[in-house]
Amino acid sequence: MWTSCGSCKDEAGARVSTTTWGWLVLAFPLAGTLTTAFGFRRMGGRDSTLAGWIGTGAILLAFVCALGTLFSLQGHAPEHRQLVSSLWNYASTVGINAQLSILVDPLSVYMILLVSGVSTLIHLYSISYMEKDAGFVRYFSYLNFFVFSMLLLVLAGNFLLLIVGWAFVGAASYLLISFWYRRTTATTAGIKAFVINVVGDVGLVLGTYFIFKHTGTLDFLGSFHAVENPAHPAFGAGTNNGDLVAGCILLLVGAFAKSAQIPLHTWLPDAMEGPTPVSSLIHAATMVTAGVYLIARMHPLFERAPAAQDVGAVIGAATLFIAGTIGLAQTDIKRVIAYSTMSQIGYMIMGVSVGAYAAGLFHLMTHAFFKALLFMAAGSLIGAMAGEQSLDKMGGFRKALPFTCACFLVGGLALSGVPPFSGFFSKDEILLITGELGGWHWGLYVVGYIGALLTAIYTFRMIFRAFWGSPVPEARELEGGHVHHADVPRNPATGEEEDTDVGFPGPTHAIAERALPMRVAMSLLALGAVGAGLIQIPKVDFVVDDFLRPSFATAKNYEPATKTGLLVIGLTLGTILGLAGIALAYRVWVARPGAAARVRARVPALYTLFVNKWYFDEAIDLLIVRPMAAAGRFARYTFERVFVDEALIGGTTSIVRAGSAAVRAAQSGFVRYYAALLVVGVAGVGFYFLLQT
Amino acid sequence: MSAVLFFIAAAGVIAGAVGVVVLRNPFYSVLALVCHLVSLAVLFLLLRAEFVAAVQVVVYAGAVMVLYVFVVAYVGGEGDSIGERLHGPGRVASGLRLGGAILGGAVLVELLIALLGTGLKAVEGYGAGYAPGPKTYGTPAYIGQLLLTRFLLAFELASFLLLIAAVGGVVLARRRGGLEEADETGALTPLDLLRPRGTGTTAEGVGGRT
Amino acid sequence: MTIAWYLAVSAIVFALGAVGVMTRRNPLVVLLCLELMLNGGNLALVAFARMWGNGDGQILAIVVMTVAACEVCIGLGMIVAIYRRQLPIDVDELRELQG
Repeated sequence: MWTSCGSCKDEAGARVSTTTWGWLVLAFPLAGTLTTAFGFRRMGGRDSTLAGWIGTGAILLAFVCALGTLFSLQGHAPEHRQLVSSLWNYASTVGINAQLSILVDPLSVYMILLVSGVSTLIHLYSISYMEKDAGFVRYFSYLNFFVFSMLLLVLAGNFLLLIVGWAFVGAASYLLISFWYRRTTATTAGIKAFVINVVGDVGLVLGTYFIFKHTGTLDFLGSFHAVENPAHPAFGAGTNNGDLVAGCILLLVGAFAKSAQIPLHTWLPDAMEGPTPVSSLIHAATMVTAGVYLIARMHPLFERAPAAQDVGAVIGAATLFIAGTIGLAQTDIKRVIAYSTMSQIGYMIMGVSVGAYAAGLFHLMTHAFFKALLFMAAGSLIGAMAGEQSLDKMGGFRKALPFTCACFLVGGLALSGVPPFSGFFSKDEILLITGELGGWHWGLYVVGYIGALLTAIYTFRMIFRAFWGSPVPEARELEGGHVHHADVPRNPATGEEEDTDVGFPGPTHAIAERALPMRVAMSLLALGAVGAGLIQIPKVDFVVDDFLRPSFATAKNYEPATKTGLLVIGLTLGTILGLAGIALAYRVWVARPGAAARVRARVPALYTLFVNKWYFDEAIDLLIVRPMAAAGRFARYTFERVFVDEALIGGTTSIVRAGSAAVRAAQSGFVRYYAALLVVGVAGVGFYFLLQT
Repeated sequence: MSAVLFFIAAAGVIAGAVGVVVLRNPFYSVLALVCHLVSLAVLFLLLRAEFVAAVQVVVYAGAVMVLYVFVVAYVGGEGDSIGERLHGPGRVASGLRLGGAILGGAVLVELLIALLGTGLKAVEGYGAGYAPGPKTYGTPAYIGQLLLTRFLLAFELASFLLLIAAVGGVVLARRRGGLEEADETGALTPLDLLRPRGTGTTAEGVGGRT
Repeated sequence: MTIAWYLAVSAIVFALGAVGVMTRRNPLVVLLCLELMLNGGNLALVAFARMWGNGDGQILAIVVMTVAACEVCIGLGMIVAIYRRQLPIDVDELRELQG
């Protein structure tokens, strides 16, 4: 059994202990956000990039400290690699011991390395992308706050801090989605994202309660030991204890809301209203992976509630398929990539739900690389189009944007799972472990590969439509050396006119070919997308598996069994499907123009279903939004108006008014009335005293 | 003897009072009051209050009523008959007129009960003993001694009050020259006597009349 | 006559004055009725002074007369001023101080 080492002395005898590195990782982004926020006036406004460099520097320092944590952690023996450090005791009363504590173990170090690394590159990219935007300083403050929150989430050592980090991440997402706040579409999208995330938060908190009820502690390691304790297991000896299943499913609700799985996924496409680096960081690489992290972290609980695991796997598979089909029909380039994210996270959720933790987390890492890369490249393309995002208006940018095109190709190939790119290795490992479980999991296996085919198709549909074909006017302009500039800035979704003052995007649009920070960031990510697969080639090396093993000591399906047959089938199938998808996309969108329209005409019902996103928005509107709105209207117009306004408040005021009217009637101005009142008073008093005698 | 005088004087007092209340012409009311005051002085004499009776006649009937006579002659004002007053229509609800009479009756009954029906023994007597002399009860010397020893404060305050009243009378009766006389448009209100226009009385705010 | 009789007369005069105040519309007459009430009080004071045998009541009666004189002065001055402003001399018409 791995023991948790609450206050282990550092065996390597280093000067800085592992957990101190962990605190430093949290401290730098927090310092970055506070500096830019409070020093707002000294950052030079929209013409200076100082805030961007401060933000990037803060996250770079966090990455360095994450590396420090890594090396320091590896200095411990594998059994002692789960370290808890507590900074402050919030409350130590009967039954609750709530502390401000972080848990540094391989899983959290893996996540912080990933988060801080990708974030640094995205901050770097943003310096060019958000240039001359009136909200430049605010942007970097929010972005640093987001990274701080995400790091807090993954470093949390108990449920309390997890929930805090979870909520902060939701808040940061809201702030950044509605960053261009004068756009109504952006603010609506931000509210939608926040509301759906709150549903998830409620699930998370309720799930925590169910678990706390039996384990009696909010601490992660304490809870896990209570559950696994052979002498007095917290939820009983068997599996699928009612409370545990309920708690795990509620945790899953939280995970689904944050990771945009069916049915709580409708916020993610709308969240593309935010600036492209925000989509890249939050809605591709980090925040949406929080659900995956949650399930992986809570694996001791999930292992004892297979019912919840099955729910997770099914939902993951469903999302993967549905999102893939929707991606085939979308025309906004960012939304295609958003649905792709949803689909890939479906893979990850499926993976960690069946117990393939290392595989799922490995896919998380590779996905972060190539998805962030794709978003960055999309940002460059959108810049060349002067803010226009619709694929219908793009075409033939190959000559004008060579670097961007190359990045798209690298990202697309990785996403489609073509060897030797990283996506291939990670995706197939998940499906391998799923297949090995047998039984009904074969259905998930099949769905997973269909999804791989769909992935390849929609990814390359996007790439071919944007870069192949005859160049559109913006592309020709760029080939001539001049970046297209729209006369009047417009909202790409609705076409409304805007200006370039605060609350709207700035006047300049950056493209990668002309901005060095963007190129640097994209190149590094491309290297990751290409090469990250090499660390976990099946049967050859197991870097991720080995690194994460101390966190998953009690996991059942942690590693694939050594069934070579299924492995070979899986790898071949993956490659074939990926290449077939690319070939199909080429045929439809490049080789035979007009083929897309013909295909659409042949399956109009399917096409309508996909274009309308499987009517989830409409369903949620019908089932939830309208009843709530009706309830609100009832409350306002019937209950509040009648009972509160008219009866309570109206009643009180009319009583007062009537009373005062009665009293006012006495102030008639007639002197004789006053005299009469005096006499009445005298008579009354006299009468009283006469009665007394 | 004194009983007869009492009844004559009492009749005069009550008749004068009734006349003040009932008579339509205000001038007649003033004259009725004068009659009332003189009868009251006789009653005071019966009560051995010689100085007070003299003061009553000289000051009250002699000065105050003369003042009244002048003002009534100047101002006049319409009278109204008691019938009209009691039953007729008017600004104030007619109920007040009849009601006023009834209220007055109620007060009278109560006072009578209070003064006479409460079993005060001394009221049944003729008063304390009385021995005539130069400085006995009721003489000017007696009153003067009291005023300047025990009731000095009251005396001084009363004189102060008279001063204030005199000043006030002069201020009130003053003719204001200049702009105030010039624009006599619209209805002026009594408040204007005490406060110039536009200082924000409630009536101004509510009715908009400035 | 016993003191009681004087007190009865005083009560009657007071009540008559009160009725007059509540009933008359001419402000001059209202003031006159007010004088009536004061005189009623004066009579009671002097009667009680006779009853006790000390002069307190008489002094107070003199002071009341002084006060009555002052009040008449001011009241008549106001009525004259109202008359000069050409306002109606009628207590029912003069009702600016209304709520």
